[in-house]
Amino acid sequence: MFDLLEYKDNDAVVTDDGRHVSYAALNADAEKIAEKLSSECLVFCLCRNSYASLAGYVGFLNKHIPLALLDSAKDPSMIKRLIERYNPSYLWMPAEMKLNAGEAVLDFDEYVLVRTAYSRFPINPDLLLLLTTSGSTGSPKLVRISEKNLLSNAKSIVDYLGIGSGERAVTSLPMHYSYGMSVINSHLLKGATLLLTDKPVIQKPFWEFVRAERATSIAGVPYTYEMLRRLRFMDMNLPDLKTMTQAGGKLKAEIAKEFIQKAKEHGKKFIVMYGQTEASPRMSYLPFDWALEKYSSIGIPIPGGRMFIADSNGTEIENPLIDGDLVYEGPNVCMGYAESKDDLMKGDENHGRLLTGDIAHKDADGFFYITGRKKRFVKVWGNRCNLDALEQLVKNITTECACVGVDDKITIFVTETGLETRIKEYLCDKTGFNLRAFDVSVLDRIPTKDSGKIDYQQLQRSI
Amino acid sequence: MTNLEKYNQAFIDNFNVSADKLSGLQYQGTELWDSVGHMTLVAALEDAFNIMMETDDIIDFSSYEKGKEILSTKYNVKF
Repeated sequence: MFDLLEYKDNDAVVTDDGRHVSYAALNADAEKIAEKLSSECLVFCLCRNSYASLAGYVGFLNKHIPLALLDSAKDPSMIKRLIERYNPSYLWMPAEMKLNAGEAVLDFDEYVLVRTAYSRFPINPDLLLLLTTSGSTGSPKLVRISEKNLLSNAKSIVDYLGIGSGERAVTSLPMHYSYGMSVINSHLLKGATLLLTDKPVIQKPFWEFVRAERATSIAGVPYTYEMLRRLRFMDMNLPDLKTMTQAGGKLKAEIAKEFIQKAKEHGKKFIVMYGQTEASPRMSYLPFDWALEKYSSIGIPIPGGRMFIADSNGTEIENPLIDGDLVYEGPNVCMGYAESKDDLMKGDENHGRLLTGDIAHKDADGFFYITGRKKRFVKVWGNRCNLDALEQLVKNITTECACVGVDDKITIFVTETGLETRIKEYLCDKTGFNLRAFDVSVLDRIPTKDSGKIDYQQLQRSI
Repeated sequence: MTNLEKYNQAFIDNFNVSADKLSGLQYQGTELWDSVGHMTLVAALEDAFNIMMETDDIIDFSSYEKGKEILSTKYNVKF
């Protein structure tokens, strides 16, 4: 995957406690961690933005050992459920996590490689990476990604962002998240430097690190930029920081415009992008030269990809400004999903075509604009959440319920009183989202249409 | 309400914590004090004391005690 020795003298990593690691040293560490494993072993990588976590990730990828990226900060019971379902032979995890899942066979910094009791089993040779389907409802569904998917997408990103070895990207997103992972991949591909930190964007140590290590780029989801705007980020004195990228949901158009304008004034770039984990993950970007003119657009397909609008029969709509289903085609479209360990044997089911589930149109210049969603889902802090699946969860507590939402806020309507705290805590536990993501509202009855189906439009209007 | 009461109330309302939990409370020390919660806390304090906090003070605001120190030394809020 990565030819680390090509850049052996460059800094691959600078950590927030001041450690510098060259590409040659990263290569040696990565090889050491992955040494014991063979390509038929599934590994669960419980991630944080630390050097050990990264070195394991790189080692497994480079040795073509199939691995799943999971959030090490997630509730251990959720991780255990996934272990029971997918039976990984190894876990790469922070030593302080007590999962009692097996025997430690290697120590590296604060991480350990744990051998579980599960023996290896057949895995499709093309499969390299498994990612969670963006923070949904605690579902054990994983996205199956091949090396070709990953590599082609990282190369496209390098191409359209113009990433070179002089870049110094600060890890403002977690590495288990497809967007955070893509920042890592695209930089390691070109011998650039990753400034590794888990410190929150809202606290001073993050910015001290950004200044001291002269970060050249930062990545964020919509709420990151809402916070940065509130912090008057564009007035901070950060002369080295040249590129801001935004993905993981739709930033309010006025806020995007404001960032684009200020970026222009300060000689920086603000790049709006669009993707899904299923596309490993990037599908489009808004070239900065066009950004001000088309600030509400998700831009054009990434190099190597194609995007079109389809009617209800799946036929391409050539005419501009007509809404339809947004379809993406490219070498980065994932192989499919997995819901059990047996699915890891499956081959490519998508054949390079992804139905995004978004409703969009294009303009006469070929720029795309998202206008709605086909499925009932919202993005919560960059993570997709299916409202129907959430409703099923709430039914475990009370059957009379309906979920609607806007990005970053889900409202659960129920008819029974006194359940607010219980529902919220249950959903937090299941989804891993913060309590703040949920509102519970009590109605006399859940409105239905003549057909007897829940009238979501009416509920949506009431929030 | 005294300034201390106003200050405490902003924490209690935003983070859904009881008054006895405030002393020693740090950023990320309770579930709702995450990055989103931090911004709503700052907005609530700005409203309560009719001030506009500087960026450096917002990101330096790392605990209940640190916030008090910032408000008293830089924004003339007397506790």
